[in-house]
Amino acid sequence: MLAFAIRRLLEAAIVMVAVALLAFVLFRFVGDPVNQMVGQDTSLEDRMQLRKDLGLDDPIVVQFGRFIWNAAQFDFGISYQVKQPVTTIIASRFPATLELALTAAVFAILLGIPMGVYTGIYRDSWLSRIFLSVSLIGISLPTFLIGILLIYVFAVNLGILPSFGRGEVVQLGGWTTGFLTISGLKALILPSITLGLFQMTLITRLVRSQMLEVLRTDYIKFARARGLSDKAVNFGHALKNTLIPVITIIGLQLGAVIAFAIITETVFQWPGMGLLFIQSVQNADIPVMSAYLLLVAFLFVLINFIVDLLYVWVDPRIRIHGREA
Amino acid sequence: MIRQPVLSVRNLRVEFPTRRGTLVAVDDISFDIAPGEVLGVVGESGAGKSLTGAAIIGLLEPPGPISRGIVELKVRRIDNLPPSQMRPIRGKRIGMVFQDPLTSLNPLYRVGEQLIETIRTHLELSEREARARAIALLKEVGIQGAERRIDGYPHEFSGGMRQRVVLALALCAEPELIIADEPTTALDVSIQAQIIQLLKKLCRERDTAVLLITHDMGVIAETADRVAVMYAGRIAEIGPVRDVVKDPHHPYTKGLMGSIPALEGAANRLVQIPGSMPRLTAIPPGCAFNPRCPHVFDRCRVERPELFPIERSHAACWLLVDDTAKATA
Ligand SMILES: Nc1ncnc2c1ncn2[C@@H]1O[C@H](COP(=O)(O)OP(=O)(O)O)[C@@H](O)[C@H]1O
Ligand code: SF4
Ligand SMILES: [Mg+2]
Repeated sequence: MLAFAIRRLLEAAIVMVAVALLAFVLFRFVGDPVNQMVGQDTSLEDRMQLRKDLGLDDPIVVQFGRFIWNAAQFDFGISYQVKQPVTTIIASRFPATLELALTAAVFAILLGIPMGVYTGIYRDSWLSRIFLSVSLIGISLPTFLIGILLIYVFAVNLGILPSFGRGEVVQLGGWTTGFLTISGLKALILPSITLGLFQMTLITRLVRSQMLEVLRTDYIKFARARGLSDKAVNFGHALKNTLIPVITIIGLQLGAVIAFAIITETVFQWPGMGLLFIQSVQNADIPVMSAYLLLVAFLFVLINFIVDLLYVWVDPRIRIHGREA
Repeated sequence: MIRQPVLSVRNLRVEFPTRRGTLVAVDDISFDIAPGEVLGVVGESGAGKSLTGAAIIGLLEPPGPISRGIVELKVRRIDNLPPSQMRPIRGKRIGMVFQDPLTSLNPLYRVGEQLIETIRTHLELSEREARARAIALLKEVGIQGAERRIDGYPHEFSGGMRQRVVLALALCAEPELIIADEPTTALDVSIQAQIIQLLKKLCRERDTAVLLITHDMGVIAETADRVAVMYAGRIAEIGPVRDVVKDPHHPYTKGLMGSIPALEGAANRLVQIPGSMPRLTAIPPGCAFNPRCPHVFDRCRVERPELFPIERSHAACWLLVDDTAKATA
């Protein structure tokens, strides 16, 4: 088990270095940060001085080494645009995105799994057909359109939910949370539905197809032949066997939810990292962009690592035995 | 001494309604099994053996085959019970063993969990009592170190050991009837005999009736008390195993027995008769065997023979009653 975890950690580290290189190379050669930081009338000498101060004249290898070294200590430099440490800016935006992503993921899982199980068991019921039709909409409509539709119905027409922002937030240590106020919770509803709908339909369809497959297996037939209740067969024996691929997808999708939050955050003016990223792209704010990329990559790697551990927990066949069998 | 049969099947039919008409996979079969008796059901692949077993235990599920006819367990009809009343019978009064032990057990649950779950579904026992019973059962089916192995997962057991676990699961609530559908077909030849012996011993001790489905005539000859030979969804011949094997009456059975060199030989596979069993869509009128039968005569092609008594057996063949045919055969 420990060896397994260490191997996975090493792999994760290699992935992170690769992403760091990508982030560094991509952003180092996109746009000219100096132009973004100075006014029209800055003299050439001042520009040269600024380049020097930023370390942009050093050899590339040195710049990359410095980049990695600093990144490892969560130092991503100073935002060209806001003139504050990138870490501070991101830390102030991170809670908003994480709360949105988690709410969306919980929404997607809590609805997607039961709907998948139901449509898998009762293949031909009318409710299953409705679920599947709805899920088709979720898959085919683009996120921003869903967001705009929701805003139109619930914010503009009915006026019961806010169309932008996080509502009131509460400061908890370094964390700002919207979970503790009514307006904060209300503000979460539309964005998390927008963000989670696609994942929900994905989970529904995945669980459904897995259920259909598992329900045909011999061990399900045998479980029935042993007289186990429908509940035990469907939710014990069948559902557990669908979980391996479902956990994989949920894990990968959680990363995707954080990455796709860019669109939702833009539609709802949600003050999270996605919105920050869009702004930094517009301003060629390289330190913010590379920090964002690295952070998203880090979250992906972290989630993958957790997913790997979950596999081992769910499926005894890939469990590494400390005891003899 | 006439003992009341444990299982009584009357005019069982299993049909698949299709757009182009109804396909009949099991066609009007009847038989009884007495307590402690082993009835072998033998026939080529596709003869309708598995569907017969599934229909008895009520595991034909819509949309798919539907069954007609009467199935009685200890003189009480069970074929028309609602699912809520049929479920407690499965596992409790009728146990089932499937062909492939590698796929019969849920890979994600410990062997003990699956045993205890089944035991507690049918018997009023605490977790601890159920566990003790599970361990005793595992010992009884010959699993060494049952106290430890009970916490193992199925993949930690060999094929033969898994089939022993499956037997324990089928027997855990002391059913009156076991339906074993090709219980050794998927196993290594060297352990097939052990599993069959074990099944036979366990059922004899408990006076459990057994419906033993197989296409291995050797297994039947060693294990069964009576045997039903199935062909194209019908029973061709049924009778005491010794009679059917030594002195078969139906031309199909004769062909089958002719294909067995020695009864004690290993893995005697069926069918040396020219031709093959018809598909469900092309079962000929009259006797289903008539295209392959060396003794076929006119009546066979138009009229279906019922099972006629002959000595201690029954066989579905016109030769047994039609004297003119007998003379020419
Ligand atoms: N779902 C199905 N649809 C149509 N035909 C089927 C279906 N299941 C089984 N059959 C047919 O029913 C016949 C009997 O099947 P089965 O009882 O499994 O045979 P056996 O166990 O004797 O090999 C076969 O011809 C098979 O093709
Ligand atoms: S009924 Fe006719 S075709 Fe059928 S087995 Fe007897 S002789 Fe052959
Ligand atoms: Mg079969």
